[in-house]
Amino acid sequence: MKFAVVVFPGSNCDRDMLHAITDALQEEASFVWHTETDLSPYDGILLPGGFSHGDYLRSGAMGATAPIMQAVKQEAAKGKPVLGVCNGFQILLEAGLLPGAMLRNESLSFICRNIGIKVRRNNTMFTSKYEQGEEIILPIAHGEGNYFCDDQTYEALQRNNQILFTYSNNPNGSVQDIAGICNERGNVLGMMPHPERAVESLLGSTDGLTLFQSIVSNWRESHVLNT
Amino acid sequence: MFKVKVFVTLKEGVLDPQGKAIQQSLASLSYDEVEEVRVGKYIELMVEQREELEKRINEMCDQLLANPVIEDYYYEIEEAVR
Repeated sequence: MKFAVVVFPGSNCDRDMLHAITDALQEEASFVWHTETDLSPYDGILLPGGFSHGDYLRSGAMGATAPIMQAVKQEAAKGKPVLGVCNGFQILLEAGLLPGAMLRNESLSFICRNIGIKVRRNNTMFTSKYEQGEEIILPIAHGEGNYFCDDQTYEALQRNNQILFTYSNNPNGSVQDIAGICNERGNVLGMMPHPERAVESLLGSTDGLTLFQSIVSNWRESHVLNT
Repeated sequence: MFKVKVFVTLKEGVLDPQGKAIQQSLASLSYDEVEEVRVGKYIELMVEQREELEKRINEMCDQLLANPVIEDYYYEIEEAVR
C-alpha cells in the first residue's frame, strides 16, 4: 500500500509518520509538498502534525487553503483513507472535511504526555484491529486540542457513529472527551493523539501501529475482492 | 484605496480560557470590577477599489479570516489616502 505524507511549511511530525509507515508498518510512503495538486497515485493520505504556517491566524487555517487540499478532497471523495493527526486534524477541520473546530486547551498549557484513549468503534477501516471499548495508550502533544462543536453537530456525530476515540481523562476540555472523529462515510479520520509515535515497543507503546495495520488490512481486503 | 478593519471575536457560548486568565490577572491587580474578558483579533486590510467590495470582504472573512464554527466577525471600511 502506498501512502502520501503531505508536508506543509512547519510540519514537524512528517518524518515520524514516514518512519512509522516504511519501517514499522513496512509499507511504501513518500513526502508530498503542499503545493502539489495530484494525489491520485496514492492509496492513502496522511496529514502529519506540526505547526503549519506557524499556526498563524488559527491552527491549520492556512494549511487548509494549500493547493494540495483540493487533491485531498478529491481522493477523500473516492473513498480512500485520509488520516489527519494533531495539526493534520486541525487542517481537516479548517478545510471542512470534518465538522467542528479547535480551541486553546482549557488549561492554556501545551500538553505533551502519554494518555489513555478509548476506542469507541472498531468497525471502521481505521480501528478494525482494536477491540471495541479497548483502552489504548497514545502520546498527545498539543496546545490547541480542545475540540469544539455545537450541540446539533455533536448529536449528528453521535447519530452517525463518527466518534472513534475519546479521552479516558479529558486533558484539554474537548466537548464530550472527543479525541478523534471521522466523516459520515468513515474514510476521513482526524485525531489529536499521535499513533505514529507509538509504533515500537522500544519507545513505549505499539498501540498506534494497530491503527495503521487496520488501514492496510482493510485496503488489502477490498483490493483482493475487487480483482 | 480602502482601509478595512476586521474584528474577529469568539462566539457567545464558546469558552475563552485566555480571556478568563486575563480576567483573573486583572482581579489580582485589584480590578475586581471586571466581570468578564473576551479576547479577539483585529486584522487590518488595505484594499484596492473594486466592485462588490463588501461581498468580497464577507467572503474573505468566511473563508479564512474567521472560522464561522467558533467566531463572529464585523468590519469597518474607511477610505484611506496614501
